[in-house]
Amino acid sequence: MKIASKDVSAVSMVKEALEKAKRCKNYNIFTSLNEESALNRAKEIDEKIARGEDAGRLAGVPYALKDNFLSKEGNTTASSKILEPLRAPLDSTTVEKLEAEGAIMIGRTNMDSFAHGSSTENSYFGPTLNAYDKERVAGGSSGGSAVAVAKGIVQFATGTDTGGSIRQPASFNGVYGFKPTYGTISRYGVVAMASSTDCIGFFARSADDIDLLMQICSGQDPKDLTTLPDYYNEKNDKEIKKIGIIKDFDLSKVDPSIKKAFDDKVSELKKDGYEIVELSMPALKYALAVYYIVVPAEITSNLSRHDGIRYGYRSESAKSLDDVFSMSRGAGFMPENKRRIMIGNFVLSSGFYDAYYLKAQKARTLIIDEYKKAFEKCDFILTPVSPSPAFKLGEKVDDPVSMYLEDVMSVPLNLAGVPGLAIPAGETESGLPVGLQIVGPRRSDKALLEFAGRIAGEAKINEEVE
Amino acid sequence: MEITREEIDHLAKLSDFSLSDEEKDGLTTDLKNIIGYISQLNELDTEGIEPTYQVFEMENIWREDEILPQEADREALLNLAPAYLGASGVQDNQIKVPKVL
Repeated sequence: MKIASKDVSAVSMVKEALEKAKRCKNYNIFTSLNEESALNRAKEIDEKIARGEDAGRLAGVPYALKDNFLSKEGNTTASSKILEPLRAPLDSTTVEKLEAEGAIMIGRTNMDSFAHGSSTENSYFGPTLNAYDKERVAGGSSGGSAVAVAKGIVQFATGTDTGGSIRQPASFNGVYGFKPTYGTISRYGVVAMASSTDCIGFFARSADDIDLLMQICSGQDPKDLTTLPDYYNEKNDKEIKKIGIIKDFDLSKVDPSIKKAFDDKVSELKKDGYEIVELSMPALKYALAVYYIVVPAEITSNLSRHDGIRYGYRSESAKSLDDVFSMSRGAGFMPENKRRIMIGNFVLSSGFYDAYYLKAQKARTLIIDEYKKAFEKCDFILTPVSPSPAFKLGEKVDDPVSMYLEDVMSVPLNLAGVPGLAIPAGETESGLPVGLQIVGPRRSDKALLEFAGRIAGEAKINEEVE
Repeated sequence: MEITREEIDHLAKLSDFSLSDEEKDGLTTDLKNIIGYISQLNELDTEGIEPTYQVFEMENIWREDEILPQEADREALLNLAPAYLGASGVQDNQIKVPKVL
């Protein structure tokens, strides 16, 4: 991470980032920019440096914040109409920790509304475009954050990953994207989607940079009772010898360029002396079905708080209290929000609860057990992130099931609470980035990032603006 | 599994949002397809398997029940209330809504 110093001022770093952000305006990366306050913060950092004080491990580093993190700067819209007016009165814990180390938020990034989606096309503010092809999607739901890093605007950006929302856009734009072990980073002040799978994580240019962000942001938070005591900053001396590959994933159905990147990486690992272990994980193929039962059920519950009364958008035509709820929510949610809320109500309703919700939670146990057994045989697992590279805008937006299938290789990790990192792994013949995913057992986050640092290089940055 | 218009209306009511006729038509197809997809779980044998509702490894984390200073105090929270009938949505320290009775 390049930080501000006596030679390179924070002001110059922030100015450069803001200029780049404006140059990339057509990519629709940001929902709002923070020019004035970011420059003021940068001046404060420069004064600290001039006085010889410690300005923090992220001194003057401009970063981008996914639009579902509460922050006193800008409106926390979660890229939705219903939260568009929300000016948060507090900072999320992650924002607090990053800024205590001197990082400077330059803007909030576009996402699928409420993080529901895999392409950032479900945003109230329109889609973010892919860093390498403006006719293609950025991936999602953290599409804006991924493109902000891929375009070289910022060195890092925050994301949330409920079923692949960091890893898939990272792979679509050729950068690193990390989803930690469930409970590693506080979710206080982040708009909730599905509480049993939501994780906070990061996009960056290298595994080393993500390691630094993890050192800063992991640990127990009294404001989030689902945070683990800090294990991340304990010494790691895990020796990595065996890498698992899952034979149940049918790679013939995966795009040839991704299959090639996968095969190449496996050969490389073999050559470097790692033992490749074949794993049988037959329940994983049900993970997507489990996910699209459990997650909508939790969404139904978490999104019921957005009622048009206490904050956000309220319909002006509402005449009765019931109208305030139904008209504010009816106009305030995007179509995909509505699909998920209704699916959640369906799987939780009497008569269907046992067949869908309970059944899914039992299947979840089988998936967790398969990971436990797998990690008795190997240290990490290597898989593709998604079945295809970035697809065309509009290609899947009218077919929710084909959009959901994007997540088939990323959701199992969230159901089991295990960490996963998307690493850049080459490109297709037409120059689209291809990513792979390294999966580890719970709490292996530090070892995983160190391993990734050994087997993959710095991410490519594409500053070209079409 | 077929999804009827009555079921869509019922789910919309449970979900607390209004839908246009066009939205209802789209949702009827979408929900049928999604439920068709998730129904593949029926093939999986889960006999005797305990359900998992959460993957956090700890439970019963206790803390003292004490009032700590809050950055977002009552006034800050009231300031978030949307406008009502073109005027401030707050009166006498409370949020205004249409008449309930």
